[in-house]
Amino acid sequence: MEVDSVFYTDRSGRVTSNPLLDQLPSYQSLLYRRKSSSSGSKRRGSSRGRIGSSGSGKWAVNTATRHEDNQRTEQRAVRELPKCMEDKRREKEQRLVEARKLSSWSQWRQSTRRYLKRLRQDTQEWMSSLKLWRGDIHAIEGTFGTGILSYFSFLRFLVLLNFIIFLLMFSFVILPIIIIPHTSANKTYKQDDGSVCSQYPSSSRRGLVIFHEHITDLLSGGGFLEQTYLFYGFYKVDEINFPNFKYNVPLAYLLVTVAYLILSLIWIVKRSATGFKQNLVQDVDRFQSFCNKIFSGWDFCITNENAARLKRSSLLYELRTDLEEERIKQKIADRTQKEKCRIYVIRLILNLFVIGVLAACFYSIYVATIFSQKAQLDNKKENFIVDLIYEYLPSIVITLANFITPLLFSVIINFEDYSPAFEIRFTLMRCVFMRLTSIGVLLFSLWSQITKCKEEPCICGYNHLLYSCWETRVGQEMYKLAIFDFIIIFAVTVFVEFPRKLIVQHCDCGLAKWVGQQEFAIPQNVLEIVYGQTICWIGTFFCPMLPAVCTIKYFFIFYIKKVSLMNNCRPATRPFRASSSNFFFLGVLLIGLVLACLPVIVSVAQINCSKACGPFVRYNTSWEVLPNTISELPDEAQKLVYAISSEAFAVCLFVFTCLAMFYVIALAGAYKRVIHQLRDQLILEGRDKRFLIQKLCQSQRSSPVKAPTSIAQSRSGRSPSYHTSFANNFNEGVFLAQPPPDSSTHV
Amino acid sequence: MGTTASQLGKELLSEYQELTFLTKQEILLAHKRFTELLTREEKDIPNVRVPMERILTLPELKSNPFRKRICYVFSTSEHKDGSLTFEDFLDLLSAFSDSATMEIKSHYAFRIFDFDDDGTLDSDDLQKLVNCLTGETDDTQLTFEEMKQLISNILEESDIDKDGTVNLSEFQHVISRSPDFVSSFKIVL
Repeated sequence: MEVDSVFYTDRSGRVTSNPLLDQLPSYQSLLYRRKSSSSGSKRRGSSRGRIGSSGSGKWAVNTATRHEDNQRTEQRAVRELPKCMEDKRREKEQRLVEARKLSSWSQWRQSTRRYLKRLRQDTQEWMSSLKLWRGDIHAIEGTFGTGILSYFSFLRFLVLLNFIIFLLMFSFVILPIIIIPHTSANKTYKQDDGSVCSQYPSSSRRGLVIFHEHITDLLSGGGFLEQTYLFYGFYKVDEINFPNFKYNVPLAYLLVTVAYLILSLIWIVKRSATGFKQNLVQDVDRFQSFCNKIFSGWDFCITNENAARLKRSSLLYELRTDLEEERIKQKIADRTQKEKCRIYVIRLILNLFVIGVLAACFYSIYVATIFSQKAQLDNKKENFIVDLIYEYLPSIVITLANFITPLLFSVIINFEDYSPAFEIRFTLMRCVFMRLTSIGVLLFSLWSQITKCKEEPCICGYNHLLYSCWETRVGQEMYKLAIFDFIIIFAVTVFVEFPRKLIVQHCDCGLAKWVGQQEFAIPQNVLEIVYGQTICWIGTFFCPMLPAVCTIKYFFIFYIKKVSLMNNCRPATRPFRASSSNFFFLGVLLIGLVLACLPVIVSVAQINCSKACGPFVRYNTSWEVLPNTISELPDEAQKLVYAISSEAFAVCLFVFTCLAMFYVIALAGAYKRVIHQLRDQLILEGRDKRFLIQKLCQSQRSSPVKAPTSIAQSRSGRSPSYHTSFANNFNEGVFLAQPPPDSSTHV
Repeated sequence: MGTTASQLGKELLSEYQELTFLTKQEILLAHKRFTELLTREEKDIPNVRVPMERILTLPELKSNPFRKRICYVFSTSEHKDGSLTFEDFLDLLSAFSDSATMEIKSHYAFRIFDFDDDGTLDSDDLQKLVNCLTGETDDTQLTFEEMKQLISNILEESDIDKDGTVNLSEFQHVISRSPDFVSSFKIVL
């Protein structure tokens, strides 16, 4: 009996090898015959669907039609054929021979196409060789697999994003101002008009400056740094009159802000789409599907023996947990009414507790911010360290809160009795919320300070006595947050992880066992850098050079994390898959972006801009520059802009978008139904096939006869087309001389 | 045609570029690594075939649980002993490279996972596959019930015509919906 037979009958035993079975087209496509292409098999040139038939011309179904098929459909590149090198070479030579038979026009077209393809491949090769950190990422991949690799390529993406944002800001805002002295342009600026709002006391230090005050300035953005390109307040330019045109700096500033937010949005969405090219046909969580875990489970790039062993154990752990999860789901479904009540009450209490904890954290951030602002404004210098602590107090409180709350959440979630996968996601969501909202609370407390005056309402719209240039102050806070974030990452790696590694390695006491080796916890690390990126997005409006600072910061963080990973950590017990990681990272980043847009929008549109500094001195709010510019455009352009921003247009757009969405949803629903039907049909076809083969085998067993082909041919008229070919090509006797009438009723 | 003594000719290089998914640098690097595996006498023979044991000393394959299957699948030798020539090696790297198409990868993945070479993945194949993934020793393998549950879950997700096995098109269908496949099925020298 040949081992190659495929068909089973009721799992009870294999159908005895029937040469008829080997002739079925579906079976032929499964077998791999290596030396088959000696006759020069032509491939069916379809671009999707099965990579069929490495089968030989044993069953030559209409070579003529297949040849035509080849000509009609797009020919696949030779290298996309799943054959060995010899066969590919032969195929290529055959195609060349054929190409010569074509007309010169088709030849030219083919060669142009090939040339363009080659050009595109070379460009892609060249661009990918320019990628940053290729060697480092390759080493990480080899040792830790693709899950952790996704974290580092995410970091690389952020470096690039920040650099591009900085280039935008630089080329449209900073560069024109820098080149003024070198060209024959002059700038206009509405000078100090004597009103009380436009007084800007200088904050630079006078007299002998002690060295540590320079350090304080560097770390807090005050002192000598305040009057540099770093902060908003230095951009005291209204219009630049170049020889040929006027350059409107406030407009450029505002538009670049909008542009970098939109650019980030588009880039993130595009990046998440390319990694997530699935059409949601089925309601299966495809990241957690068993097929994904088994068939794509092993990272073929791992080169380290240790890492391979760890990967195996983490896969085993994951499989066991997932199998267990099914049992847990069953248990959840079996809960009684009383138990459900009890669990809901517990969950309610714990959620209230969580909200209480969050409220307490936010309140402490608010108090710390107000205290810090007062301390800075009172300007009493106690000593170097205490000054720094006062400056950094909000950052310290935020970091502490973000350190304690995840521990708290992971303890609380144990009592809430969810399924393991949901537990992880829910804890993560809580941590994300905590991290990103703490920045919002900081900004809110800052704004409450800025817009609170002794006599309500404020004369200038903001507290001009304390905050003559409030944007710079906000920019300084953002700058401090970014710097402190970097310091904390560095300090934790050096002062916590290295000693931990030393303890675990050299000391064998109970402490070492309890503490354990550091795990590279991907979610927490990702939250850290998303937090930093959110700060960057908010702060760029107030501190235009902040993207450059963040680029350098992430550049160093890459190396710090890499060293920490290679030396201190082992991979997490529960593996993080590359695809779901990418989705998670970009999802959290998107949440950060949305949260970052809110403060920027409020600052631009709501709060009055400073009259004493910055490019928007002439206007009430920063947003006003745009309506102002539009009113200076020609009439037709103005009418067009007003039409686009009118309510009628917005309503029409909304209705149209809703219709498009309904159409797409209906289409998706229809496709789902069709796919279900096709599935059912496939199952039925499979059963039909098995039934027929069973019948055939039974008939053969009852009357094996050498076939006169005439009878077979007369029968073949009614059967599907491939049977016809069997009749023609097949010599051995499997055909029935007379159809035994009883066998068709046998089951 | 085959590799000449120690250098790759320019024509041969561009032919390999056309017939595989590898870039010029990758082909040259592959050639360098392959010649490191050869003994001194073998370096002068064109089209030399390297036995499987030496191929498996490459660090990229050494820790891979599917290393033997990979060698068997890509080997063109008549004895089915897993030995590879340089062109087989290039085919291997091409299928595992970054720019290979999904169809090539899934085709070769299917062949690698098909332990008994019968053209389908039945429960024996799946069992061997899971054992390769989790480990060889007893305490690193799933219990019998767990294995049964796992295999029935896999077949439920991938076996469309419900014949108890996963054939090539079902495999390709389920792979096309696995988001991790492209990133995990990759070997770069």
